[in-house]
Amino acid sequence: MKTRAILWGAFVLLLAALPPVALELGQPFYLDLVRRIMIFAIAAISLNLILGYGGMVSFGHAAYLGVGGYAVGILAFHGFDNGLLQWGAAIGGSALVALAIGAVSIRTSGVYFIMITLAFTQMLYYLGVSLEEYGGDDGMRLRTRSEFPLVDLKDPVTFYYVVLGLMLLSIFIVFKLVNSRFGMVLRAAKSNEARALAIGFSPYPYRLAAFVIAGAMGGLAGALLVNHTSYLTPDFMHWTRSGEIMFMVILGGMATHAGPVAGAFAFLLVEDMLSAWVPLAFVREHWQLFLGPLLVLSVLFFRRGLAGIFGKHDG
Amino acid sequence: MTFILFFEQLLNGVQLGVTLFLMAAGLTLVLGIMNFVNLAHGSLYMVGAYLMVAATQWTGSYPLGVALGLAGTLLVGMAVEVAALRPLYARDHLDQVLATFGLILFFNELVAIIWGRASLYTSLPAWLQGHVELLPGSIYPVYRLTVIGVGLFVAFVLWYVVTRTRLGMLIRAGASNRTMVAALGVNIRLLYTVVFGFGAALAGLAGLMAGPIYSVQPGMGELILIQVFVVIVIGGIGSVRGALVGALIVGIVDTLGRAFLKPLLGHVISPPAAEAAGPALASMLIYLLMALVLAVKPAGLFTSR
Repeated sequence: MKTRAILWGAFVLLLAALPPVALELGQPFYLDLVRRIMIFAIAAISLNLILGYGGMVSFGHAAYLGVGGYAVGILAFHGFDNGLLQWGAAIGGSALVALAIGAVSIRTSGVYFIMITLAFTQMLYYLGVSLEEYGGDDGMRLRTRSEFPLVDLKDPVTFYYVVLGLMLLSIFIVFKLVNSRFGMVLRAAKSNEARALAIGFSPYPYRLAAFVIAGAMGGLAGALLVNHTSYLTPDFMHWTRSGEIMFMVILGGMATHAGPVAGAFAFLLVEDMLSAWVPLAFVREHWQLFLGPLLVLSVLFFRRGLAGIFGKHDG
Repeated sequence: MTFILFFEQLLNGVQLGVTLFLMAAGLTLVLGIMNFVNLAHGSLYMVGAYLMVAATQWTGSYPLGVALGLAGTLLVGMAVEVAALRPLYARDHLDQVLATFGLILFFNELVAIIWGRASLYTSLPAWLQGHVELLPGSIYPVYRLTVIGVGLFVAFVLWYVVTRTRLGMLIRAGASNRTMVAALGVNIRLLYTVVFGFGAALAGLAGLMAGPIYSVQPGMGELILIQVFVVIVIGGIGSVRGALVGALIVGIVDTLGRAFLKPLLGHVISPPAAEAAGPALASMLIYLLMALVLAVKPAGLFTSR
């Protein structure tokens, strides 16, 4: 327990110390990179709630990134720049979408669940593509970042700390949820559904509630992502995005609190390394040729994820 | 005029339907028998299309190109099964999804390296290029009719193999109780490879027939793959009959929706609103249909169990 607390503390300090160091070294690029990674970490943390603790293999988590992104983008397009309104709509909207998708898909399980969540996300992707008014296939530029009283997101360092704070808050929320009575039922239904039923719990409402919470957190990540890129495209909801977020959770370690964060860092850093830092031009250009088999190998031989290196599971 | 347009779009729907069926048949068997989720099935579709284009250019003969494309996809499919997928049979669906997701990235990039990222177009031989008059005033491309014919023929052959032969008996037995089939002394490993190879060849056939209609490009298999998932969810896992019915429903609904939803909506709501909502709704139609089927029959229209 103590080692873990020290590791967490060191990690947070490192992230908090990054902006002044990066700016001092004249490398604001790292600020941008780590901010993007932390946004995806929020998405992975929320997916871990349903995938890791709830046992629901959702292949559609990018849907909420998209709904959150579009909520912010569409409001900004019509001149509503108030961040509270925008982010509220992003969270509320994706919670509603998650409620609709979850209500249908949680009645099924196994392969059906995977295929259905994937299919619904693809439906939302096509909906985004066909919204010509909001840029259709090409997407549209966000006029300005969300505006909050006191906090100015246009300042990259401020925005960085906002993302860091929200990421830590997400970890805390999932930690609290998982260790509550609600989380116990959720985990019980995952490990033995028949037994959970036998002691008088119907897993459906618990699963649906977890699905909606995860969707809402995904929507927040979407609102952050569109502010980060200042550009909204249907690609937020592309199905490969869903796969990537899933990989972050698995790579880091399912059903652990550090896993999704570690996974987001590992996945996006490897991606960035292959596509930009490797000295061979062939690798940089065709990085997916190397990422693909790397992912296959990690599934085959690295089953417990990064968090598994530190031994025991939290969940 | 409207009837002729409707008739032509209906045929287009059937043509999309049989393409979806060729994909869905292999995937649903692999799912039903091996309990294996193969996202890379779309990559085999893509490989089929590319191999056909390359082989046609190399040999200068379309039939040879088709034959080589089919054989090549079969080999690629079996090689992938032996090399990458076998260790995954014992794993859960999550691992299978993730590993085959990695394979998709690999194949897309490999194809882009060999043939480039730009779309390839193939020219058909003269005897497939013409049009025929099906109804007075309605001409329809011979090629699309050929695709429908081949698709229905394959559906018939599959039905025959699955219901009337010993191999089909094993396939059906495998779909309903794998463990029992293995316990009765059937070499289930070989059966897996054969079924997977079959499925790969069917996906390759779908890809190489779709190649001249749509464009041949990296990632072409993924869009159809997700539609095929909708087909399987509607039809029911492991059921070839369900795959055929589901594929025809999805193909026809999707095609007719794209063609007629906008003008139909124009009668109900204002034309500018229909202009905006029509395409959006048309592209969502099959997914809404899927939700509806699930609400009524959660296990699909036909189930193998």
